[in-house]
Amino acid sequence: MQSPRLQVVNVTKKYPSVVANDGVSLTVQPGEIHALLGENGAGKSTLMKIIYGAIKPDQGSIVFNGIPVQIRNPKEARSIGISMVFQHFSLFDTLTVAENVWLGLGKELSLQEVTNAIEEKAANYGLEINVHRPIHTLSVGEMQRVEIIRALLGNPNLLILDEPTSVLTPQAIDRLFVVLRKLSAEGCSILYISHKLHEIRELCTACTVMRAGRVSGTCDPRKETIGSLSRLMIGAEPPELEHHVRTPGEVILRVQHLSLMREDQFGHDLDDISLEVRAGEVVGIAGVSGNGQRELLFALSGEDRRAAAEMVQLSGRFVGGMGPAHRRKLGLHFVPEERLGRGAVPSLSLAQNLLLTRTNAVRSNGWIDVRQMNDHAQKVISRFNVKAGGPGSAAKSLSGGNLQKFIVGREIDANPRMLIISQPTWGVDVGAAAHIRAAILELRDQGVAVLVVSEELDELFEICDRLHVTYKGRVSPSINRAQATVEQIGEWMSGMWPATAARESGSPDVRCVEKASTDHGGKHAQA
Amino acid sequence: MLKLEARQNQSRLWTVGSPLLAVLLTAILGILLFLSLGKNAMQGIQIFFWEPISSGYRVGELLVRATPLLLIALGLAVCFHSNIWNIGAEGQFIIGAIAASGVALMAGPNTSRWIVLAVILAGMVGGMLWAAIPALLRDKFNASEILVSLMLVYVAAMFLNYLVFGPWKDPEGFNFPQSKTFSTATQIPILFSGLRVNLGIIVALAGGLGLWVFLFRTRLGFAQQVAGIAPAAARYAGFSSRKALWLALLVSGATAGMAGAFEVAGPIAQLTPTLPAGYGFAAIIVAFVGRLHPVGMVFSSLLMSMFYIGGELAQTKLGVPNSIGGVFQGLLLFSLLTCDTLIMYRIRVVPALRKPRGT
Repeated sequence: MQSPRLQVVNVTKKYPSVVANDGVSLTVQPGEIHALLGENGAGKSTLMKIIYGAIKPDQGSIVFNGIPVQIRNPKEARSIGISMVFQHFSLFDTLTVAENVWLGLGKELSLQEVTNAIEEKAANYGLEINVHRPIHTLSVGEMQRVEIIRALLGNPNLLILDEPTSVLTPQAIDRLFVVLRKLSAEGCSILYISHKLHEIRELCTACTVMRAGRVSGTCDPRKETIGSLSRLMIGAEPPELEHHVRTPGEVILRVQHLSLMREDQFGHDLDDISLEVRAGEVVGIAGVSGNGQRELLFALSGEDRRAAAEMVQLSGRFVGGMGPAHRRKLGLHFVPEERLGRGAVPSLSLAQNLLLTRTNAVRSNGWIDVRQMNDHAQKVISRFNVKAGGPGSAAKSLSGGNLQKFIVGREIDANPRMLIISQPTWGVDVGAAAHIRAAILELRDQGVAVLVVSEELDELFEICDRLHVTYKGRVSPSINRAQATVEQIGEWMSGMWPATAARESGSPDVRCVEKASTDHGGKHAQA
Repeated sequence: MLKLEARQNQSRLWTVGSPLLAVLLTAILGILLFLSLGKNAMQGIQIFFWEPISSGYRVGELLVRATPLLLIALGLAVCFHSNIWNIGAEGQFIIGAIAASGVALMAGPNTSRWIVLAVILAGMVGGMLWAAIPALLRDKFNASEILVSLMLVYVAAMFLNYLVFGPWKDPEGFNFPQSKTFSTATQIPILFSGLRVNLGIIVALAGGLGLWVFLFRTRLGFAQQVAGIAPAAARYAGFSSRKALWLALLVSGATAGMAGAFEVAGPIAQLTPTLPAGYGFAAIIVAFVGRLHPVGMVFSSLLMSMFYIGGELAQTKLGVPNSIGGVFQGLLLFSLLTCDTLIMYRIRVVPALRKPRGT
């Protein structure tokens, strides 16, 4: 009998305020695709970093291929055959693919040898990549491919992947799974960290579930249902959302031929974006992050007011040149994707954070009524079920989910006519996420226009009435959710939407369409 | 072995405790300094920490020094809260003093007492104009306000010298580089006869109250703080960063200029090249030791004022250079920066490593 590839025995890691791993054990067999499932903060990342030698455990041991090992750093991990692909890439934008990979290896090899090795691995696993392209010209999916190739060059027999699909289109996910299955068939074990249940059921052959730093169960995910996995992960099944069919009302937000040069050199130019959101509907914008969402949201919220006035219209008023406070007065409220530092000031209290967007406690002369401010904060806290010490708790003392509930609550409490939410449930636990989605739908039923920008397709399909897709600073025409399929949206996420539909209103800019189609060609070649 | 461990939250205890520990540390370092100079250390410490408050007159002198320090620090606190680094309060102080002198020199024997208001106002306007230069350059060209405001200190000092060596030199002053003595009508009102403390200290204390109200009770002050701690949140909220920049620099310019007016039309009563005593720089230390909080800055301005006076006393009594006062001020700042580590970190005793790496 072959010994297991990896055995983690009774590992404990304590931090001053939290026990990240509490007696965690895990066994991975050779050639197994083993899922590590858990919510944000369940301790998955800590465990992976312990296995990869980036963190030292307080207690416990690791046995690799039957031999007890003490891995002191990632270099040692790689030398015994453990490789890891992190969620955040460590690549130099200005260097080429080959140079980036070369940097991570020893000095023994020449650049040419490395290039050959990359091309061989790439051909072997169907990970096509042009080794001479600089990183900044690659899509996020391609960057991930570079990271995977780099990991494979060490011929690992355990490959750890941390949330690898969060940056990929559905088609790219399928291609990734093909690669992973081939690796597993060759005997390489894969430890696959995720919180996406359907992916795990599709790909993995074993699963360890973590909750609050402990292992809450192990199972064969192929034999489980989404509901049973969810119970293991959060102790409950996610509640079903209610959808009412409604006829949307008048147009609240109209974006007309919005074009803007990028502010930051790694950003995207916005290229002739047009869309509408009507009262009582939820419109979603899908797309892999970094395709102009950030720039679009800046222009919609008023944080970037370089747009011409008529490019952004709110209930018929031209607001393109107005700042955020002005737009808020007209009923446009916005929840940004970064909670700490943008949506809230980390070191200030919840009550003070209310003042960022709300003026209920501010008298006309600018005086702050502290009592009213605290009462108001308490009201938001109780109405949206935020778990916090009280109005005086610092924003950073809250968990991601609770802070998000507070920020979303702060904006909903303002009775907006138009609510724009970016990544509503990013990094939020399943319970809070369900809460936030329900609040969005409730708002819609009250006749509010809602625009949701999200990377999570499942989420968009769950709450939206219509969907747009962004790709490289452009936005697709909309499609009704009822008619959309994941495959179709996935194609659109690579820029391949019918160009004619996007220009129905006789756009003068024909050149744009041509440019767009060459983009598709390029994408095809890469794919 | 000792180990520094990051805290989850800022320690409230050490936010207040750190300045106190820093004062203690400064005193200890001071003792070592006197010992190494072969002086009587206890006497030295007494000179710095006791003698400045040992008599009514000396307390008066303490307040005279504390007035400009506190006034300038209040304005700087607005800047530092908004993450704007005005290092040139000394220059704004000088230009304020020059502008105030310009008005004061116009007064004759029959001028009304109300000219004092014009003198103070001129000081504020002068300081604001000088602070407006870094604001404008930062706003238009994104020039670093740190460098611009600092460089302008030297320009201001040169301008002061030009005036007292040139056009404003007292024709009957035996060729000393100083202006005429101001007429008594321009004298800032004295609070107690026999002491040099003037109205300035009342204005400074009122300013402290005003700063507290501004920072913690008005939306404008809130916006100013958000601009400093979380610029992206300020942009999200719609608080203008340009407004924050201008407001911070103009307020600090006004307080520094006002301090200049109180100084030149108060204890000195004429414009001299020795006017710049480094209050503008010392006030930066006052602001930080006082935690940018009005109450804290009242205490830290008194402490820094003690070091000014202590330095002078040490010169006469111990025969050490006057600059020993500056050394104490510097020691205090470095001690504070060191002690501030305790706000974000705790010291933990950990068992020594049994097997150090590399052996």
